[in-house]
Amino acid sequence: MAEMETTYNFKEVMGRKERLAPGHRMCAGCGGTVAVRAVLRALRPKDRAVVGNATGCLEVSSFMYPYTAYEDSYIHNAFENAGATLSGVETAYRVLKKKGKVQEDYKFITFGGDGGTYDIGFQSLSGAMERGHDMVYVCYDNGAYMNTGTQRSSATPQFADTTTTPAGTASNGKVQVRKDLTAIMAEHHIPYVAQTTFTANFKDLHEKAQKAIYTPGAAFLNVMSPCPRGWGYDASELMHICKLAVETCYWPLYEVADGKWILNYKPKNKLPVEDFLRPQKRFKHLFAPGQENLIALFQAEVDKRWEALQERCC
Amino acid sequence: MRNEAINEKSPWQEITEGNQIYEAATSRRFCTGEWRTSTPVYHKEKCRQCLLCVPVCPDSSIPVREGQRQDFDYDHCKGCGICGKVCPFGAIEMKEGK
Amino acid sequence: MAIRERLSGNEAVAYAIRQINPDVMPAFPITPSTEIPQYVASYMANGKVDTEFIHVESEHSAMSAAIGAAAAGARVVTATSSCGMALMWEELYVAASDRLPVVLALVNRALSGPININADHSDSMGARDSGWIQIYAESNQEAYDNFLQAYPIAEHEAVRLPVMICQDGFITSHGVENIRLLEDEKVREFVGEYSPAHYLLNADEPMSVGPYAVSAYYMETKRAQREAMKNAKRVILETAERFANLTGRKYGFFEEYRLEDADYAVVIIGSAAGTCKAAVDEIRNTTGKKVGLLKIRVFRPFPEEELAAALRDKKAVAVLDRSEMFAASGGPLGAEVRAALYSAKSRTELVNYFYGLGGRDITVEDFKEVYRKLEELDKTHVVRDMYAYIGLRE
Repeated sequence: MAEMETTYNFKEVMGRKERLAPGHRMCAGCGGTVAVRAVLRALRPKDRAVVGNATGCLEVSSFMYPYTAYEDSYIHNAFENAGATLSGVETAYRVLKKKGKVQEDYKFITFGGDGGTYDIGFQSLSGAMERGHDMVYVCYDNGAYMNTGTQRSSATPQFADTTTTPAGTASNGKVQVRKDLTAIMAEHHIPYVAQTTFTANFKDLHEKAQKAIYTPGAAFLNVMSPCPRGWGYDASELMHICKLAVETCYWPLYEVADGKWILNYKPKNKLPVEDFLRPQKRFKHLFAPGQENLIALFQAEVDKRWEALQERCC
Repeated sequence: MRNEAINEKSPWQEITEGNQIYEAATSRRFCTGEWRTSTPVYHKEKCRQCLLCVPVCPDSSIPVREGQRQDFDYDHCKGCGICGKVCPFGAIEMKEGK
Repeated sequence: MAIRERLSGNEAVAYAIRQINPDVMPAFPITPSTEIPQYVASYMANGKVDTEFIHVESEHSAMSAAIGAAAAGARVVTATSSCGMALMWEELYVAASDRLPVVLALVNRALSGPININADHSDSMGARDSGWIQIYAESNQEAYDNFLQAYPIAEHEAVRLPVMICQDGFITSHGVENIRLLEDEKVREFVGEYSPAHYLLNADEPMSVGPYAVSAYYMETKRAQREAMKNAKRVILETAERFANLTGRKYGFFEEYRLEDADYAVVIIGSAAGTCKAAVDEIRNTTGKKVGLLKIRVFRPFPEEELAAALRDKKAVAVLDRSEMFAASGGPLGAEVRAALYSAKSRTELVNYFYGLGGRDITVEDFKEVYRKLEELDKTHVVRDMYAYIGLRE
């Protein structure tokens, strides 16, 4: 695509004007805002954007009247309709542009947490993607309803201790395994779908965000964005947690471009998943004596999905 | 009504229509630096300007000018310490308190 | 001059949409409003409108997309009925509080359950506190005329509120009647171009919509919204006057039919007013008794003072509600009329009826009976029930 940069110039990208201003009320160490900053950095500096947002931590913290953290136009509507809302904005843009009422080029990017994306907003997301609006839906996936206090979502991994699936004498935390939303979105046969998280130089996220934004049509990005409060790790460990998620193949980096499945990273030495689980309080009960079988089950699920993904990516 | 003038004492006549805000990035006026319980200290002499600390900041509080990172934006830095952990050169030191 | 046609209510509203040529229409099919998006889709397929259709996967998404498109600066229309409106519920409030002039063609239909596809007002009456302007039609002509007036009201700078234009499912939506239509150029001139002061796609001014507002701001926001609703009263009348100058057809907050000298009055909304008019004529012609009708056109904002002034000296008034409220004290229209009369210090006798729920017919004979009972009430001054049902098997 002519519009895309051919090589990733880290220094140039880091020097771009911030599009998410400080002064928002997200927690110290929040992964969500790191994801938002990274996605918005992939916009070419001269391009305009309308940013959408599902209700969630990000919304109540980044646009608390009268303080907006956005350099671009921004719209929040409700919890379950970020897809539909931005599809309205994008459609209005096409009409107004045709009529000459809007001259500038705009891009449309909406953010939702996993609650607003995997669960309550799933229908609205699916509809918007199926209709092929020229927009990007970004899920900042922190694996639970964090805004209301860490209740389980369908993105919550099995065995996680959440406030609605607490671990206890008669409970091992969440019973079910995670919904694989990235694959579900790929099955919508939209032009671009990718799964990513934060890597040291943010190349993977940047390039995927750029492809998502500049590939015409609907695109979906699933960005694992750890939550220090909900996951129970020291806030400063964000990048270490992300690294473990990738190196254990709990969160593989891949993309589906025009129907082609591409694995972006294959660890030389795949780490056991317990390395990822151990630093997080939400999995503490798995490390109690006699619970080894649960970690084995978790590992088996990771392995199964990793194998299947590798096969799809041939 | 100017967005800047809206505050918790504003009468209803001065609230913007539909709570819309017609200005970019007004959150800069809100100081989240007060939340800090520990503070990153930037040792410029150790810094090699690799910029790896820039993208990891959740609070856009490591400004970059002409390819060089500047000192922290202490009005907004919440002291999470992620930057300190990713610095390969020990140029960011976390200290207790504000 | 005017174009004479024979159209159903749905066709008439779709015709108005074609003439207005709005920018965006997100819609989801639901009986009996489905024909409206179908007609618009066929206009699009034949190049008769510039409107972009959004084939949303639900009514919740229809109103969500309408909000997005309106915030972006587009003129927006959608249509729905019954459960479709119920699914939009949350979004109705958001559209109003965001102050977005979305127009909704509502074809009134009973809410589930049990599921029923016929006319009553439980859908729109349930939404009466959502902050939308509500305008109701008796006939296809009124549905068309009201729809043409919707945008000038909604988009007026002193209002900036969403408007729902209501008509009764099947009775008007599918019933074909004679209708007078305006020429396209006249409609376009009357409705005008939409150019909002603020919108998301304004390159000169980034805009943020839909904040989290803490308690320090929420109450002031609601008070400002009420001011817009108060302003809407003036704008609705000004728009009606402009419309009358164009067409000769006069509209206000309500229609008074042989009401001025009447002793006994019925207050009603929607298509059943036509049947009531026939009863009024028959009673007056055969008995000379002074009976009249007040037909509500604008339910939100509620024309409290004007309505009380029209009814305060009547001997007895029957208010007919086409939706249950389960409050054990009557229906929504009954409660509002009673409150208006109380505020006006009127001691007019008032009785409240439910009729037509889920499409139950109401006849001229039913209305004659209502007037007979009003006369009786005037003699006895005893209201046996706070409310009663018309046409209920007991």
